[in-house]
Amino acid sequence: MKLKLKIWRQKNCKEKGKFVQYAVDNVDPEMSMLECLDVLNESLIERDEEPVAFEHDCREGICGSCGFMINGVAHGPERATTVCQLTMRHFKDGDELAIEPWRSVAFPLVKDLVVDRSAFDHIIEAGGYISVSTGNAQDGNTLLIGKDIADKAMDAAACIGCGACVAACPNASAALFTGAKIAHLGALPQGKPERDRRALSMVSQMNMEAFGNCTNIGECTGVCPKEIPLEAIATMNRDYLLASCKKREDIATDISPVIELTAKG
Amino acid sequence: MTLDARIPSGPIEQAWDKARFDMKLVNPANKRKHNLIVVGSGLAGASASASLGELGYNVKCFCFQDSPRRAHSIAAQGGINAAKNYPNDGESIYRLFYDTVKGGDFRAREANIYRLAEISNHIIDQCVAQGVPFAREYGGTLTNRSFGGAQVSRTFYARGQTGQQLLLGAYQALERQVHAGTVTMIPRTEMLDLIVIDGQARGIVARNLVTGKFTVHIADAVVLATGGYGNVYYLSTNAKGSNATAIWRAYKRGALFANPCFTQIHPTCIPVSGEYQSKLTLMSESLRNDGRIWVPKTKGDKRPPNEIPEDERDYYLERRYPSFGNLVPRDVASRNAKAVCDEGRGVGKTGLGVYLDFSEAIARLGEKTIRERYGNLFDMYQRITDEDPYKAPMRIYPAIHYTMGGLWVDYQLQSTIPGLFVLGEANFSDHGANRLGASALMQGLSDGYFIIPYTVGNYLATNKFAKVGESHAEAQSAVTIAQQKIDKLLSIKGKRTVDSFHRELGKILWDYCGMARTAEGLEKAIGEIRALRDEYWHNVTVPGSGDDLNQSLEKAGRVADFFELAELMCIDARDRNESCGGHFREEHQTPEGEAQRDDEHYSYVAAWGYRGRDAAPELTKEPLEFQYVHPSQRSYK
Repeated sequence: MKLKLKIWRQKNCKEKGKFVQYAVDNVDPEMSMLECLDVLNESLIERDEEPVAFEHDCREGICGSCGFMINGVAHGPERATTVCQLTMRHFKDGDELAIEPWRSVAFPLVKDLVVDRSAFDHIIEAGGYISVSTGNAQDGNTLLIGKDIADKAMDAAACIGCGACVAACPNASAALFTGAKIAHLGALPQGKPERDRRALSMVSQMNMEAFGNCTNIGECTGVCPKEIPLEAIATMNRDYLLASCKKREDIATDISPVIELTAKG
Repeated sequence: MTLDARIPSGPIEQAWDKARFDMKLVNPANKRKHNLIVVGSGLAGASASASLGELGYNVKCFCFQDSPRRAHSIAAQGGINAAKNYPNDGESIYRLFYDTVKGGDFRAREANIYRLAEISNHIIDQCVAQGVPFAREYGGTLTNRSFGGAQVSRTFYARGQTGQQLLLGAYQALERQVHAGTVTMIPRTEMLDLIVIDGQARGIVARNLVTGKFTVHIADAVVLATGGYGNVYYLSTNAKGSNATAIWRAYKRGALFANPCFTQIHPTCIPVSGEYQSKLTLMSESLRNDGRIWVPKTKGDKRPPNEIPEDERDYYLERRYPSFGNLVPRDVASRNAKAVCDEGRGVGKTGLGVYLDFSEAIARLGEKTIRERYGNLFDMYQRITDEDPYKAPMRIYPAIHYTMGGLWVDYQLQSTIPGLFVLGEANFSDHGANRLGASALMQGLSDGYFIIPYTVGNYLATNKFAKVGESHAEAQSAVTIAQQKIDKLLSIKGKRTVDSFHRELGKILWDYCGMARTAEGLEKAIGEIRALRDEYWHNVTVPGSGDDLNQSLEKAGRVADFFELAELMCIDARDRNESCGGHFREEHQTPEGEAQRDDEHYSYVAAWGYRGRDAAPELTKEPLEFQYVHPSQRSYK
């Protein structure tokens, strides 16, 4: 089948970008969206033009590298599917697709469809872990964790950090991403000792990055390729509120947000 | 050159304890004075960086992706082995050791494997403590399942996303150290050369992939955890970015490359659908626990699977290997799939596929149980193929998945260059000629969390380090060489794209150095690879420039290295006149068509040394001795 692709081209964050239209004539319904871009790029290189830069790695929907907007929807029309696993059979011959990068001040553009998501790493760095050093662990079965709790933690832990939630949110909020890690670790007994501190430090880091605030719209969970439930945000807010109410001074003074910010507004 | 593996003397059960006690320690106050470099942030690299940071060393960790959390360890689905024996089914450290030696077809070091089995239990504990949400029973205990190549249930898992959860655990531990200031993370940066000064590995040359800038990083030791080289075949289950550049440049600086021809073909991948195919998708082999593999009994039977009656189906693994059935090791399962397809009994439009059928398991256990066990894998299959595996059997075919070969390391994980350590899939050490399922995650984490923190310390405590600056002549000459290569690739301006060369290279290797190999075919492959490599350096086209994000240029450099590595793989495969594990030489097979080892002549590690662009590599042999598991014909019947 034949498709018209309107793709956002931008050399770097300093220069202006624009949509450029390309026709791809030999689209096989079995190929993935990224393979469709591969085919386009091969033809561009053969014409000595610069190929479209896009991020990708595992192409199995788990590394979280890939992602862009297709006709205004993060990762395109299929639910729970990253663009690397989105097959072209979901489009019709003659369709026109507008392809553009994640748009958020917190994700500065690098080139074409590639953005800088290191703000996510900063949020994890601020406290998205259990502070246990190598060699300290007791036997894994000493902690009994019911299947329901383990499943709940796993549901939240499935986040791949792709950034679709931020891109889909009208406020460009990172609440679903941050909430998913807080919900994952907080659900487990191992994560309980640091639960208050984790919520305070991760949320304050999230607020320091250039993300917007959550107003419970729910676009994030709708586009999430791992279907992280909106409940993760409620868990985050609850943990943050409880930790704030306790007002333990040692916690309040101890938290030092990661200073390096990716976006300068 | 003789290779000293530095295996501790005495009983194998005490070897690692003894080695650890014999190692010299670095005073806590002195640790922060040592700069260390870790290249790669997968299971091995992230766990090593985190653990070394926790000890107080000054660590720089590099990855080419935008974040350390993207490393391809994340895609491992099935699970991680450990000798916990929670199911009380006869598992022990010794059995895990025994199975791994045998599974590797007696081409790996006993002492390394014993240590791996010993450490396996600590890994599970460590990961649980970090909050890895392993599958649990209703009563709260950890769940185990069986996995290809094993008759005990020793595999721990987190749905079909075990690699993701283990990697995120290691990534979080790494980020904790970034916050603590002991680890500096340097993403979107590729290592392009190793700096060797006075015989010691003292740093790396790196290129920032966004700005194109070269930087020199000096350290007291360099740790490579850059993964395997399966992408040399173009189509593999590896991530698109996975590459051999770091280990290949280290090889050219003097590190020996061991057993390059030992590659693993995974039996359960989604078959190729067309020319545009960019990679192959693995379906976890845990599916073989409940799925039954079959093809029609008659050649060219094109009926839909549900219309083929039971007595016209050939469950060939169950027929040929009654005791292991569908759970035979990967090399055996892959070879048998190829054999039935070669007979013309393959399924699907290309005829390169076999059925993996869940109908019996669904009838026995109910769809709900199957959905709980494999739901995400079934969804993935359906997303890609548009077929519903709850209703019709899956079609699967083998694909390149893992490389057992890698840089040669001793028991301390140090390469032949002092101060250069190699971890995880990038080294050759633990899996011999075939890796058992759920053992790669185990090895990556064992190397990173539990081995390297000791052995690097020993190296630092027993060596002296001259003061070296970034302007050192060796460092600057390495930068010049790397820069020249980039300039050269940009200046050729030929007619063919990098991918078109890579695809052609992959096809040569798959045909002649894939599931079945012959001396004649390998000879032919070497000639074709050389000719194609020559064409590459005259006719490749790389658009754009070297001073911004240029993904074609990144690929071009990696493919240039793949050409050289591919040749070495074929040389090694041609030199090994026996069949073992994943290395199947058609000339050497038993009357039943199984791999025929030649222990008298080939019970060694083949370690190859670089001698210049057009010179043949030099072979050094490390003899393998088996004191505990006596080499025998592997039998899964």
